[in-house]
Amino acid sequence: MLKHKDLLGLYDTSAEEICEILSTAVNMKKLLLQNIKKLPHLQGKTATTLFYENSTRTRVSFELAAKYLGAGTVNISASSSSVQKGETLIDTGKTLDAMKNDIIIIRHPMGGAPRLLAKNVRAHVVNGGDGMYEHPTQALLDFYTMQETFGSFNGLKVAILGDIKHSRVAKSNLFGLTKLGAEVRMYAPQTLIPKGMDAMGAKIAKRREEAIDGADVVMGLRIQLERQQGGQFPSLSEYSEFFGVNRELMRYASPRAIVMHPGPVNRGVELTSSLIDADNSKIEEQVLNGIAVRMAVLFLLTQREGQV
Amino acid sequence: MSVILDKAGLARMIVRLSHEIEERNEGTEGVCLLGIKRGGEAVARRVAEAFAARGVFVPYAGISIGMHRDDLVTSYFIPEAEKNEIGFSVEGKRVVLCDDVLHTGRSVCAAIDAIFELGRPACVQLLELIDRGGRELPVRADYVGKNVPMSRSEFLDVGFAELGGDDTVVIRKR
Repeated sequence: MLKHKDLLGLYDTSAEEICEILSTAVNMKKLLLQNIKKLPHLQGKTATTLFYENSTRTRVSFELAAKYLGAGTVNISASSSSVQKGETLIDTGKTLDAMKNDIIIIRHPMGGAPRLLAKNVRAHVVNGGDGMYEHPTQALLDFYTMQETFGSFNGLKVAILGDIKHSRVAKSNLFGLTKLGAEVRMYAPQTLIPKGMDAMGAKIAKRREEAIDGADVVMGLRIQLERQQGGQFPSLSEYSEFFGVNRELMRYASPRAIVMHPGPVNRGVELTSSLIDADNSKIEEQVLNGIAVRMAVLFLLTQREGQV
Repeated sequence: MSVILDKAGLARMIVRLSHEIEERNEGTEGVCLLGIKRGGEAVARRVAEAFAARGVFVPYAGISIGMHRDDLVTSYFIPEAEKNEIGFSVEGKRVVLCDDVLHTGRSVCAAIDAIFELGRPACVQLLELIDRGGRELPVRADYVGKNVPMSRSEFLDVGFAELGGDDTVVIRKR
């Protein structure tokens, strides 16, 4: 059982809790693969997705996960809600509480927004990505995919290449993977690697080959043009030439290596198209695993009250 | 530990139950057998084999009731479940629901739920190898192999050969 009311990030989630989520997700995926998607555990509960940023896969994935567990779902996107009239995050949360909503899945451009909300509402809060800080369920589905492929995390070499600075996925992956005993390497243009990642346990590679050398997982991250002021690197084509991953570079990786990407992908920028569609690419599998993992998270969070 | 049914006794019982089904339904027209996985599936298979030995074909299949258990939410667990694809239609059929042991009756209710998900049968009859008593729901079997009233502290072990047993039914103290 999870220790907290909410899932805000992997920074304060223990290895045991992560493993519990992953093993619960195994059962969820078994049901999903048989196209059984109507568990009764959240019947009579409501989950609201409160998205202050655009998203397809995360929002739909959470919504389907909640539906498959029997919950009712409501979608709020900031652009078409009272947020436009100046309502604060806490007030929005309290309004949802008053409507007897049970779970809030929030995505917000500011790091820490889910935590602020969680402190002020009765509902379970699940972080669906906050700014450049954390995206715990994406990292959990990455872990699920790795566990399914390799069985264990001990000594697993994970290379993360791309826009580390603006990526919450990179940070959640780093926090979780170091707890699980994996080795995390990172590579990006100097301008896109924030200070202190090495102090948090990442190995910062100087060259692409060094990051990919012997890696079991090669994870590309999207260049987040919407968050950049510009000037981080000269051009997309130059980025792909000097910082992207292609088939040539994959020869440095372990023979059993898999390619991952949290999506959406800029084809031909961080990964070449042929890598995205290759047999060892897990990018589509990640999407299915995402639903299983999110079902597991919603299930385990509500289990706290289910057993009282 | 006491053996209440040995291999030969089990075989005779299955044949007798198959005759009872034929008698009550005035033949085997429209009859099909659905066994609750996994013990009941073995019972259904054996009854179907007993029919086949007399040259009568009666379709049978196993059904998984995990998704229909009544304690999923109260005990908050994820069931081991399989999607039920039985290979024939139950629409308008006379379904004989087979299980090895009838105790609280909860599995039977879950199984009836599962059957109705597959279609609308003309009727559902219940066949149980052993009725050990202890009902918690108003459930009664139409065909009973043997009535064995037991206390809750006793454990009934039905060991089908196909499930790793030796085709005997044994009572154990817990």
